[in-house]
This record gives sequence, structure tokens and C-alpha cells, in this order.
Amino acid sequence: MELKTKNITKQYANHLALSNASIEVPQGTVFGLLGPNGAGKTTLIRIITRITAPDSGEVLINGRPSREEDTYNIGYLPEERGLYRKMKVGEQAMYLARLRGLSKADAHRELMKWFERFDIMSWYNRKVEELSKGMAQKVQFISTVIHNPDLLIFDEPFSGFDPVNAELIKNEMLRLKNEGKTIILSTHNMESVEELCDNIALINKSQVVLQGKVFDIRQQHRSDIYRFRLRGNDFAKDFEITHPTFFVLSQAPYHEFIDLRIKKQDDISNSELAKLFFDRYDVVGFEEELPTMNDIFIKTVS
Amino acid sequence: MSFPHLLPCTLYPKKRQMMNNINLIIGREYSTRVRKKSFILMTLLTPFLMVGLVFVPLWLSSIKDGNIRNIAVIDQTGVYAPLFESTDLYKFQTKEQMPLLGGDIFAILEISGDLSENPQAVSLTSERQAPQDLQSIIRRTLNEKVTQQRLDALADSKDVSTEAITQVRSILDSGSNISLRTLRQDGEGNVQESSTVLAAVIGMVFTILIYMFLLMYGAMVMQAVLEEKKSRIVEVMVSSVKPVKLLIGKIIGIGLVGITQLLLWGILVSVLFGVLSLFISMPAQPEIPMASPVEIGGFDIEGIMASVMNFNWLEIIVYFILFFIGGYILYASIFAMFASAVDSDEDTQQFMMPVMIIIMFALYAGIYSVSNPDGPLAFWASLIPFTSPIVMMVRIPFGIPLWEKLLSLVLLYGTFLLISVVAAKIYRVGILMYGKKPTLKEMVKWLRYK
Repeated sequence: MELKTKNITKQYANHLALSNASIEVPQGTVFGLLGPNGAGKTTLIRIITRITAPDSGEVLINGRPSREEDTYNIGYLPEERGLYRKMKVGEQAMYLARLRGLSKADAHRELMKWFERFDIMSWYNRKVEELSKGMAQKVQFISTVIHNPDLLIFDEPFSGFDPVNAELIKNEMLRLKNEGKTIILSTHNMESVEELCDNIALINKSQVVLQGKVFDIRQQHRSDIYRFRLRGNDFAKDFEITHPTFFVLSQAPYHEFIDLRIKKQDDISNSELAKLFFDRYDVVGFEEELPTMNDIFIKTVS
Repeated sequence: MSFPHLLPCTLYPKKRQMMNNINLIIGREYSTRVRKKSFILMTLLTPFLMVGLVFVPLWLSSIKDGNIRNIAVIDQTGVYAPLFESTDLYKFQTKEQMPLLGGDIFAILEISGDLSENPQAVSLTSERQAPQDLQSIIRRTLNEKVTQQRLDALADSKDVSTEAITQVRSILDSGSNISLRTLRQDGEGNVQESSTVLAAVIGMVFTILIYMFLLMYGAMVMQAVLEEKKSRIVEVMVSSVKPVKLLIGKIIGIGLVGITQLLLWGILVSVLFGVLSLFISMPAQPEIPMASPVEIGGFDIEGIMASVMNFNWLEIIVYFILFFIGGYILYASIFAMFASAVDSDEDTQQFMMPVMIIIMFALYAGIYSVSNPDGPLAFWASLIPFTSPIVMMVRIPFGIPLWEKLLSLVLLYGTFLLISVVAAKIYRVGILMYGKKPTLKEMVKWLRYK
């Protein structure tokens, strides 16, 4: 499912939650929705899932305005998520699956598959209140994807998971993407953004301030910083290249190596730059330091 | 576009058929509550309690403890003592008859003079409070004798013809057992026997039922809304169900629980009453000649049953259901509206107070209306929608004009439609708001959100 929002504006009593927010989520990709707390991410998600209506603007699904029945083709895992504490896990999962439009038989069959896959069959008859947070999250995740929707929206999906289960969820998301599902991921975990997302939009103070492919954005934010790792612990003191094309930002010993960070000053090609080092030292590593999404996030927001 | 390797393609058409999720919500709200132990216990035990409240006093009063109580009669005049006939319970004995004075004496009846001249010349002394039936036996025996004495005196005076005296005596003997029958005339001029006391009792029963259910089930709706908010499931829910549907499903589901409970109570109570009145009417009917039935505490069961059947039960029950539904939806909407706006139990208090006060006021208005079902308080309180479900049920058994009932219903249903639209709008916004408790002013602003 391809999703677009066009100039969405939403005003609450005393603050503007979204102002002309337009995003484009291509089909079969993972889209990162980033932004500080209170920027308007959740409002945008709620508008996409038709929980609230925008004051102006529209949501387009495969090029046409979204309709009520599209909600059956969306799986949404909200950040504020819970379960009915007094219900049994299986009963609860069945209920949510059926609310999402599955017949009793389909819901049961799908649940069995997912419970097998997540290895939680033994919880089926336990009460929700007996589950740990991570366990409850698994049940939540299942009930988000159970109806096989084409658009999946995950709001902070990794919170509450230990690294093993976070990896499990990550892999599930990638698998879903490979099946052609469109995924919107809203998170503050920038590492997972770099790892999973094809595109991102950064929302700050109710506006989309940055949008595009993760790769492109990082390229655009490059700051000509390069890293070298050189062999030889004896020249830590006598390292000396001075050249008008760069200056050294830092140098630090690392075991028997030395790590250098330099900033390119002038327009010289990478191979020319490298040559300066290769000629004189035993170079173990050379790479351009691209800004992390974390850096870009902080730089853009502040 | 999609690659449903997990699901067969046939799933998709089914998705579209299942647009109406209200049934699922009603089902969950209903089944989780009906299966609760507390619900089952309360539903099964309350009828026993209700029946017990009626029958235990009746039953206790019919128990004879088997002890014969000795009443010592000290009669200075000697005229009255022989008149007392011992009963199953009380043995009247004069000083001479008593072998040992100071033995097991329950009470001492002392008559110190001619009662026809000095009615105060009699006293009953006992260690414990003398039972009503003993008092009434004594009172009646002495009254009869004194009446005779006075009539005798009158006859002796020769101012009155003996014939007249005989007539008076026969009138007195035949007794003046007047029982006031109250009749009711309906619009077509048919006169029916009715009982004001029964009308009041029936009215109160239904009023208290409605009051209880409004409070109990209103609070249940409030808890349900709050629980969904507190457990953070509500956003999961509204991503696949419209908030309005969630609210409607919840109110209907919980309302059905209430109706189930009412039905079960109705059935259980009538079965229990049926069984128990069979039991009671057999052994408890032996004549108790010395006392009239009312004083003994026994009931003229057949008479009561006849009067009970005279009420237009169909009408009462139809109106009960109509007012019950209207009142429940009205209050449930209000409770849900306020619960959606806050996130903790403590915060509900502030909003609940005014609602509680209105419901309490309605109950008191209902109670006062029993004694004056056509007074201005009863009239207005049974028209105003917030009190009408409670107060109207008091008045209906007394029989009131059709237009009042219809007007009251129209007002009630109109109000609940209006209120539930407002409540749904507030609810829709409120359930997704966490943090600061909103003011009423802010809630009014929510009404305008898209």
C-alpha cells in the first residue's frame, strides 16, 4: 500500500498539533517517523489510522482518499498500548483479531501460527495480568499483524523488549517488508532507524522539517570527516603530516593502532587524500564518517 | 499488492462483511461480566436476601417458643380475673390458683378498682417488655367487660329501654370490623379495587430497583471506560473500532448484564415466594382466636394476592422497562463521558459528585412522593429527565394520566439522545488524552474537535 498525506493540519484547543504535514510512504518500504516528544507524530498516525480527523488536508491511499474500510487494512501498534488485564491471553488475542475483521475460524488459525512462531503457545490460557511487559508486547505485536494488513504502523515497538526479543521483532518487520507490506516506524531509537528504515520524515514543532531516503539524508549531512586507522604504536608521538587540504581533529591510540579523525579542508579527491597517508604509513582502515541519524536528529531539532 | 502467504485469499472478502464490530464489543462486555464470580454470587444470593427480609420476621412471629408464660392476676374486685382464658402461650392465674407465689411468673396483672369507673386502675408489670399480643389480649378482654359493665349500668338506670340496650349489645357483638376498600376508577369508568399501601410498596420497590441499577450499572460503565484508559488498551481498540461504536457497545453490553440480573432476580424471587408461601400458609394458618390477624403479624395472604393481581402489571412492567432503559442510557452516557476525561479513580470524584447528588435527590423525591403522588414535587420530578426514571416509578402504580407518562418518556428519551451525542463527542477525545485533568471549559472545546 502506498500512503501519502497532503498538507495535513490539526489544531487542538491551545496548540497546533500539525501544520501542513505532507509525507510520502512508498509501498514495500520501512518509513521512519521521527521527532521529539510532542512534535505531532502520534497525531499524524492517528489521522492516518482514522482515529481522529484532520482539520484540513487529506490522506491518500494508493492515490485515492482514504476510506473507513481502509482501517481493516492497517495494523497499528500504539505507543500507549495495553491489554485487558483480566482476560486470558488467547481470548484477548481472539477478540482483537476478530475486531480487526477476521472470522472466528480464520482468527483462530492465524493465532495458532503466530503463537507457534513466537513460541508462546503455553501462555494461551494464562491471564494477561500474569504476563511480564515483554510477554504482553509479543501479544500486542501479534494482534497488530494478525489480520495481515498492507500497512503497518509501529509506535516505539521495541520498548519493553530485551535485546533478543527486540531482534525477533526487527526480523519480523523485515520479513513483513519483504512480503511487500508498507511499514511506518515511529521511534526514538536511531540505531534501529539506520538499520531498518528506507525513508524518514522528521517532524519538529508540528512541521515536517526533513524528509527523504535515509541514505540521501546522511549524504547531504556529510561534513567531510574521514577516519584513518594506522598501524604502529611507536609513531604516536612522531605522527606528523601537515597539509593545507585537511587538519587533524583528533588522534587516539587504539591497541597497537592509532585512530585519526581529519576534516578535509579543500577540494581534493579521496584518493589523493588517501595517497598522502598510504605513502607514509601502514593504513589499516580508511572511511568517510557519515553523520548518524542521531547527529542529524539533534542538529535539525535544536 | 500484498503477498498473503500467511492468509488464504478468501480472507479479504470476509473482512468487508465484518464491518459491524459492535456485536463483538457487546459480547465481550457482557460475557466477561456475567462470568464473574461476584456477579453470579450477587445475582443468586440477593433474591434469598430479599425474600428473607419479608419472610423471616413473618416466620419468627409465627414461632411459638413452647414456653407457657404465667401471668399472675391480682384482682381486687374479683370481677375481671375469671374472664381471662389461658391460651397456648399465656396462662392466667389468680393468687389462689398459684401454688407458690414468686415461682416462674412472666408478668403481673394488677387490677386495683372498678375499671368502668376508673379505666386507669390496671397495670401490667413484667421484667421484660410485654409482648404486643399479650397486651392486646388483656386490652380486648377488659374492654369487652367494661363495655358490658357500662351497658349494664345504663340498663339498670331505667332511663333507657331494655330493647335499645339489647340492640346496642347486638351491634357491639357483631363487631365493627370495617375494612376500608379503596377503589380506583380508570378513564373508561371501570372501577377496580386497589390498595394504596400496596401501590406505595410496589412503587417503592421499582423505584429503588431503578435507583440501584442506575447507580450500580452507571458506576460499572464508568469503571469500564476508566479501566480501558488506565490499561492503555483504548488506543489499540479505537484503531479498529470507532470510538462511538466502542461506547455504544459498552453501554449496551453492560445494560444487558443489568437486564439479565433483573430477570434472574424476578424469576428467583417469584419462585422463592411461591415455594415459601406454600410452606408458610400450611402450618401457620391455625386459628389464633384471641388476636386479630394484623396484630399477630400474620398476613391475609389471599387478600393481598388478590389485590396484588389487581394491579396492571403489564403496564407497570412496560413502563419500568422504558424508564429503566432511558434512565440507564442517560446516566451511563454521563458517567462514561466523565470517566473518559480523567485517568484515575480519584479524579472521577469531582465530576461524579453532582451526578450522585442528582440521583440521591431523585430517590428522596421518590420517597416523598409516595405519600403524595400527585403533589407538585412528584409531578415535576417525574417530568424532569434526570429524576423522572426514579420518581415516575413511584407514581405509576397509583395510576396517573397517560399524557404525563408519555411526556415524561418523550423528555427522557429526547434528553438521552442529546446527552449521548455530547457524551460520545467528549468520549472520543477524552479517551486519548492523558495527563492533566481537563476543566469543564476544555471539555466544551472538545465538542468542536473534528
